[in-house]
Amino acid sequence: MWTYIIRRTLLLIPIFLIISVVVFSLIHMVPGDPIDSLLGPGSIASDRVELTKLYGLDKSLPVQYVVWMKNILNGDMGQSIIEKQPVLDMILYNTPFTLRLGLASLVISFVLGIFLGVISAAAKNTFIDYISMIIALLGVTVPAFWLGLILMLIFSVMLGWFPVSGSGSFQALVLPAITVGLGGAGLIARITRVSMLEMFNKDFVLLLYAKGLSKPAMIVKHIFRNALMPVITIIGLRLGWIMGGAVTIEIVFSRPGIGNMLLSALYRRDYPVVQASLLVLTMAVIIGAFIADILYAYADPRVRDLYK
Amino acid sequence: MGVIGTVLILCLVFVAIFAPLLEPYSYQSQNIEIMNSPPSLTHLLGTDDFGRDVFSRVIRGARISFVVGVLSVLISVVIGVIVGSIAGFYGGVVDIILTTIADLTWSMPAILIALLIVAVTGAGLESVVLAIGLSYWAQYARLIRGQILSLKSAVFIEATRSLGASDFVLLFKHLIPNSLSPVIVAATIGIGNAIVLEATLGFLGMGAQPPTPSWGAMMSNGTAYLFIAPWMIIFPGLAMMITVLGFNLFGDALIDVMDIKNKDSI
Repeated sequence: MWTYIIRRTLLLIPIFLIISVVVFSLIHMVPGDPIDSLLGPGSIASDRVELTKLYGLDKSLPVQYVVWMKNILNGDMGQSIIEKQPVLDMILYNTPFTLRLGLASLVISFVLGIFLGVISAAAKNTFIDYISMIIALLGVTVPAFWLGLILMLIFSVMLGWFPVSGSGSFQALVLPAITVGLGGAGLIARITRVSMLEMFNKDFVLLLYAKGLSKPAMIVKHIFRNALMPVITIIGLRLGWIMGGAVTIEIVFSRPGIGNMLLSALYRRDYPVVQASLLVLTMAVIIGAFIADILYAYADPRVRDLYK
Repeated sequence: MGVIGTVLILCLVFVAIFAPLLEPYSYQSQNIEIMNSPPSLTHLLGTDDFGRDVFSRVIRGARISFVVGVLSVLISVVIGVIVGSIAGFYGGVVDIILTTIADLTWSMPAILIALLIVAVTGAGLESVVLAIGLSYWAQYARLIRGQILSLKSAVFIEATRSLGASDFVLLFKHLIPNSLSPVIVAATIGIGNAIVLEATLGFLGMGAQPPTPSWGAMMSNGTAYLFIAPWMIIFPGLAMMITVLGFNLFGDALIDVMDIKNKDSI
């Protein structure tokens, strides 16, 4: 088990480097530069040269990359060109908002998705099954930002139950979390259902039936536990998708967060902020998948043996 | 369910092809006097901020969404099939490198990849198609790699190889054609996802630019009027939801018809 964990952890280092190079080169291929957003129209050329030099944008790209990487390894993510703040502070300020939204929607996805998946598998080909699967399918097919706007229209504007935007209160979290969570719930419900139905045909289930176990006891004690494995893998792998939903939804509800910060920095070509927040987001997604892998290996001895 | 999906897709194709004939008004004609008017008998789905007929624009948008969906999925499939089949066929270091890249891309939120690419290439329909295509290829690479791995040691491949077939012939004439069915299913569902991604990019202001009547651009434009003219957002969104539902139902039915194992990966 430990060799497996160590090998997987070591693999994260080259991945980190590759991603940093990709992110860095992509950002610098973006047309326009941050100096344009800083200086108003009709600026003097000498001011421009001075500012370019100040932010190190006059050096060659490989040099800029090395400087950036060196600083990051020392815990310095640079200074926002537009906001005049250390990027690290901005990320630290925004991360809790995104984490809160991400976790809340993950909980909704999990609880609702597994509930729908289990009841539709238990009641296969009945009315309940069809209704749950239609809900799940809608969750997958509805564009998240549209759902967010519609929920906002109904529950904030028409009914006035929740605030339209903001992040201060628990109420402000409800609609964004439901918006992001429904998509994940649909996905999880569909996988849970298929995985449960496959379990029904296994020999050990047949044996337990023969020994006289009732269907509810069977589902709770045996089928559900075994059916959960593929669900956990998929969730680990698609954690990023759920987080990706959060990025858009922050804009819809004007919530602070990494997504909102990233987009406004992208519009204004604030390189240091875009680079750092992309790097943080990407690594978060990859570490999420990594943790899911480790948990999976821990739970399933067969996976562990593959890496002995 | 599969029948419903097929009907929905056929409707979309019909609307996309005959859009100019089905529109009650020109999708471009503006009339400031009736701007932001709610749905009525003359304007079934209301009018937008320039007094343009939302119904006509939704119809015209079907054409754009359909083309964006199909073209971007084609790009994804071509890249995915090439990368995945090379990884599966040659194995070894090539496989490890390509699979790692594919896995990394796959675990990233598609919207982030697409946003970055559009930021580089500039907003507009062509770059959106390219960006969506480059965001979704990894899934197809994973699928085809798995198929090739299991087919590689099949007897008919061994036989063809012993007859002197080159790697190229083996891959493109025998292995890939025999591995395509799960890719086709995934691509069907993928068209729906691509349409949603186009709209999301549009919503973030990085998609098709106004006055292009793409569903995403219409909704992005409508956000400012959410509280006074919600029909500008509701109807393009509904149209998109029905379309995506159609592709998903059709794809689900294909899984059963084509008897595909390994459903989790689609």
